[in-house]
Amino acid sequence: MDIVIIGLLLGGTYALMAIGLQLQFGVARIMNLANGEILIAGAFGAFWLYAGTKASPLLALLFVVPLAFALNWAIYRVLILPLVRRAKSQGKLEVDCILATFGLSFVFIGIMVAVFGAQYTDYAYLSEPIFIFGERYGLNRVVAFLASAVICAALYLWLHKTRTGLALRAVSVNPSAAGLVSINVARASALAFALGGAVTAAGGVLLSMYLTFDASYGVVFTLKALIIVILGGVGDIRGTIVAAFILGLAETAVATLIDPGLTLAAAYILFMVVLLVRPEGLFGRRTA
Amino acid sequence: MSASEKLPAADAGLAITAGERRVFVVCVILFVAAGFVPLVFGGYVLQVMVSIVMYAAFATSWLLFSGPTNYIALSTAAFFGIGMYVTAGGIDLLPYPALIIISGVAGAAVAAVVGLATLRVSGVYFVIFTLGLAELIRQFMTWGQHVFGTMSGLYVTTDRSEPMYYWQLLLLTAVIYLVGWWIGRSRLGFALRIIGNDEVVAVHCGINTARAKLVLFIISSTFASIIGAVVAPRWGYVEPGVAFNPYLSFQVVIMALLGGTHRLWGPLLGVIPFVLLWELISIEFPSQTTLLLGVCFLLIVYVIPNGFTGLVENALQRRGGAGDAPSVAQRMFDPLRHLLQRGKDRNA
Repeated sequence: MDIVIIGLLLGGTYALMAIGLQLQFGVARIMNLANGEILIAGAFGAFWLYAGTKASPLLALLFVVPLAFALNWAIYRVLILPLVRRAKSQGKLEVDCILATFGLSFVFIGIMVAVFGAQYTDYAYLSEPIFIFGERYGLNRVVAFLASAVICAALYLWLHKTRTGLALRAVSVNPSAAGLVSINVARASALAFALGGAVTAAGGVLLSMYLTFDASYGVVFTLKALIIVILGGVGDIRGTIVAAFILGLAETAVATLIDPGLTLAAAYILFMVVLLVRPEGLFGRRTA
Repeated sequence: MSASEKLPAADAGLAITAGERRVFVVCVILFVAAGFVPLVFGGYVLQVMVSIVMYAAFATSWLLFSGPTNYIALSTAAFFGIGMYVTAGGIDLLPYPALIIISGVAGAAVAAVVGLATLRVSGVYFVIFTLGLAELIRQFMTWGQHVFGTMSGLYVTTDRSEPMYYWQLLLLTAVIYLVGWWIGRSRLGFALRIIGNDEVVAVHCGINTARAKLVLFIISSTFASIIGAVVAPRWGYVEPGVAFNPYLSFQVVIMALLGGTHRLWGPLLGVIPFVLLWELISIEFPSQTTLLLGVCFLLIVYVIPNGFTGLVENALQRRGGAGDAPSVAQRMFDPLRHLLQRGKDRNA
């Protein structure tokens, strides 16, 4: 029971960061390996605000999210767009993007180490117990889960009920066909990329409420987010949410029953099984 | 198209020309000359030379797979660590040459499993998987040592000296070059270049793309494991954090890309300046290495996308291409490339 509830709480927050990557990879078609660093930057933002003013990390969302949106918009315009323009094929673009965002992630790590230092960071916000079915859990985990659920729901509604959301989903299905029905694909991609970064940073703020992190920890989250996106199926938000819960449960189970050092190994075995059994993911469309 | 059945025409095209024989002789002379370095230099210079030869071996073996296919493999550290651990674990039990063979076999086995799972699907998944492979194996090793033993590291003590490592690595590099040269003129290498250009076309040509990629990935990874086995005693103490340090993978990729991935000798042009630059950086700015590594990545992508060999070749072409006769591979490949281009134009 313990495992299930902690796993679900963890999965709820994972869902947020994975949706961020999903928007970047599924809609904008950019494999952003600096995604985890954006998440850690969000976490540092929350930490900085809490250490300075004791303000709730939920308030940090108010400035972290717009900042991350602007930063990712700029990254897309300045760094990614020239690569998209010069790429001769999708394969070449993928390689370029992977290398460029890799470089970017190292630059981010370097900057964060210089500003915040390389030590492990955490802060105690709402670290009081809450009782669910007679067992105690950290209140901060529950609050983070609820906040994540609210943001996910808002995103889901926005994607499915508004015109812009529809345009984004159309680009995700087929960029060239979306262009034919007078969707500005370049704009939609930039928007998706920036929004994805903002959502990921929000995930970082929420994760920082109960996880210990350091400047170089981002790559682990990049990997987890990628595994969730692939497990759920590229281009499908429902799949991402389900996969996030699966990963949260699997990690918690392995950490509790076997060894806490094996969480990434658990994620990887899940990844391998998906690649062998169903490479298009749980909800993915099978392509030719 | 299977590798075993050879067409006579292909054999005729692959005959070794006088020019190639000259290149071969020059290479042998260069290698022998490089072999005299430890007799002349010692101390710090020799240490740097060992690094250069080690990274040249890494980057060239990386290139064997990732060069023609454009699949960025980030698994060097994982296979390096496997080789190190095999050697560290067995140094007191088995003779050293046996350990090198076991390291190679272990690396090949892991590469086969990883390749079978990831190389059938899109290249992005392969990159992601290899990115975490070192961390995955590190977690398993740490856990295994935690469960089955008490110590977190292993001591490797031999009486080998710096020149020995240098010669071993130099020999290994020569072997990698020979294998790379042989692959480059084999049907397998030809198949890989087509895959790198356009995987769909490769499939339509009747190439078993998954198998070709798998074979090359295994060869490339085996070499990385053997390098690990060769240099394990140089570290003296092997523990998971050192053996599976992911930075190694990134450095190898940077060096190979900096040199250029279109020529077998490309990585060497990247390795030499990068190792020297990195020595300087880690002495002058030890706390900014990550930042500078990132800057190097960005510079390579945006400023020199084809590496130093690309720059050299462009310069040669602009001068009229004097003395730049197309190689056998190019001569073989050109008609096909035109064919592919025509097909693509028609599709577009």
